[in-house]
Amino acid sequence: MLEVRDLHCGYGNAIVLRGVSLQVGSGEIVALLGRNGMGKTTFIRSIMGLTPPQVGSGTVIWDGENLTGLRPHNIADRKIGIVPQGRRLFPSLTVTEHLTMLKSARAKGGWTIDRVFGIFPRLAERRHHRGGQLSGGERGMLAVGRALMIDPKLILMDEPSEGLAPVMVQHLEGIIRELKREGVSILLVEQNLYSALAVADRLHVLETGRIVHHGTADELSRQTDVLFQHLGVR
Amino acid sequence: MSFFQLLNGLTFAALLFVVASGFTLIFGLLRIVNLSHGALYLFGGYVGFTVVSKTGSFVIGGLGAMLAIAAIGMVLDQGLLRFVRGNDLRQVLLTLGVALFLDDLALVIWGGDSFTVPIPAVLHGSVHVLGTYYPRYRLFVLLAGVIVFVGLWLLLNRTRLGALIRAGVDDAEIVEASGVNIRRVFLFTFLFGSALAGLGGMIGGAFLSLYPSADAEILTFSLAVVIIGGRGSLVGVAVGSLLVGVLNTVGQVMFPELAYFVIFGPMVALLAFRPLGLFGRVA
Repeated sequence: MLEVRDLHCGYGNAIVLRGVSLQVGSGEIVALLGRNGMGKTTFIRSIMGLTPPQVGSGTVIWDGENLTGLRPHNIADRKIGIVPQGRRLFPSLTVTEHLTMLKSARAKGGWTIDRVFGIFPRLAERRHHRGGQLSGGERGMLAVGRALMIDPKLILMDEPSEGLAPVMVQHLEGIIRELKREGVSILLVEQNLYSALAVADRLHVLETGRIVHHGTADELSRQTDVLFQHLGVR
Repeated sequence: MSFFQLLNGLTFAALLFVVASGFTLIFGLLRIVNLSHGALYLFGGYVGFTVVSKTGSFVIGGLGAMLAIAAIGMVLDQGLLRFVRGNDLRQVLLTLGVALFLDDLALVIWGGDSFTVPIPAVLHGSVHVLGTYYPRYRLFVLLAGVIVFVGLWLLLNRTRLGALIRAGVDDAEIVEASGVNIRRVFLFTFLFGSALAGLGGMIGGAFLSLYPSADAEILTFSLAVVIIGGRGSLVGVAVGSLLVGVLNTVGQVMFPELAYFVIFGPMVALLAFRPLGLFGRVA
């Protein structure tokens, strides 16, 4: 279980997070909603250890261990995967290499390249293409596949539906539910309210670095005033 | 220009490739313009010279040069460069200072005389190649350049470590967030690139000879190679080495008083149209 307590973060004088707390239970999907510039990406980066520690305060507890101050690769070693904003694939690597650079193609158990190709057959067809030669949907699939190769127990997903066609978003939602059935926890950062409502157990709304609202998907979808006020959704 | 001179250009290109490939690995992955790379070359040559003189073995000399220069690279990276990571200007000034220090240290140890690394007996003499007699050793240099190219290509394109190095060139932060200790990959690359400079010094020291200021000459050529080829690109280094090596010979043979211009003139023209070099990409 992931527990974030009173997380503050900023860059120079610009304070981005002003005390954010949330929990993600085992096998739970928790969404963090908010408009652009509200601190969603900074929140994910802080959990992963990608923001400089001196600018932040607060604690991130994962399975009883304090992750604060650990290097990103040590955090990933504790089975936390990341699907970063904008995918950030490697233009020099083929689809296959994106997956095998983290785990040998011969490795058995957990997520293998064959299993990733099993849920994303399109990637198998594109295995020799390089990161820069993929379509938007394929890029999204590969970013998820890359995160799976560390056998994550928690995946931090930063706007996975961004730039995807509606049919691709639905496919992605199916994958997220399937991962949940396998006991993987997911922290989902989204601007796309409907995509988040479709998969998340609980949702939080972030505005200017604070959580201003939280509730279950059912509760939130009935509170149209909240949706309008914080997310601009009618 | 005769075939003999063309071969001269190609063998010089092979030497440049060995030295500049180490330079571009470090430049491409670690974003460090290592101005001490030439000094590492010269130091490698001197160490190789000493080891060959003592042991009589060219192979042991080559291994000794690579190990010694990798060790210096270790001290340079872990002892100095780690304190200025991410600060380009400080890195450049620091490595320039290290270059000056290593030059003077070499002067203290080996003096100001010119040395030539002894060539093993099997590589003495000349062979008949397409109507001309050509020194056997220089053909060996050509072969060594090809072997290093093939080896590096296989390392970078056919191994997981190579995939990590290329991924690190593209986006080091995401490699680290994927569970890889990128600093270890960086360190390996720095030591490996340094060892290639040492190997180059050993190989070059047997036909260009070693003397104070040989480091600045090879560094200038390496910079030209990497700028022409594009940062971090192995094929770019190979093409850049061929261009610089052959142009250098053309210049020396046909326009001796303009020899440098024959290299740097085209380089400037190229940069005007392709600022990132022939095979360079936006990071």
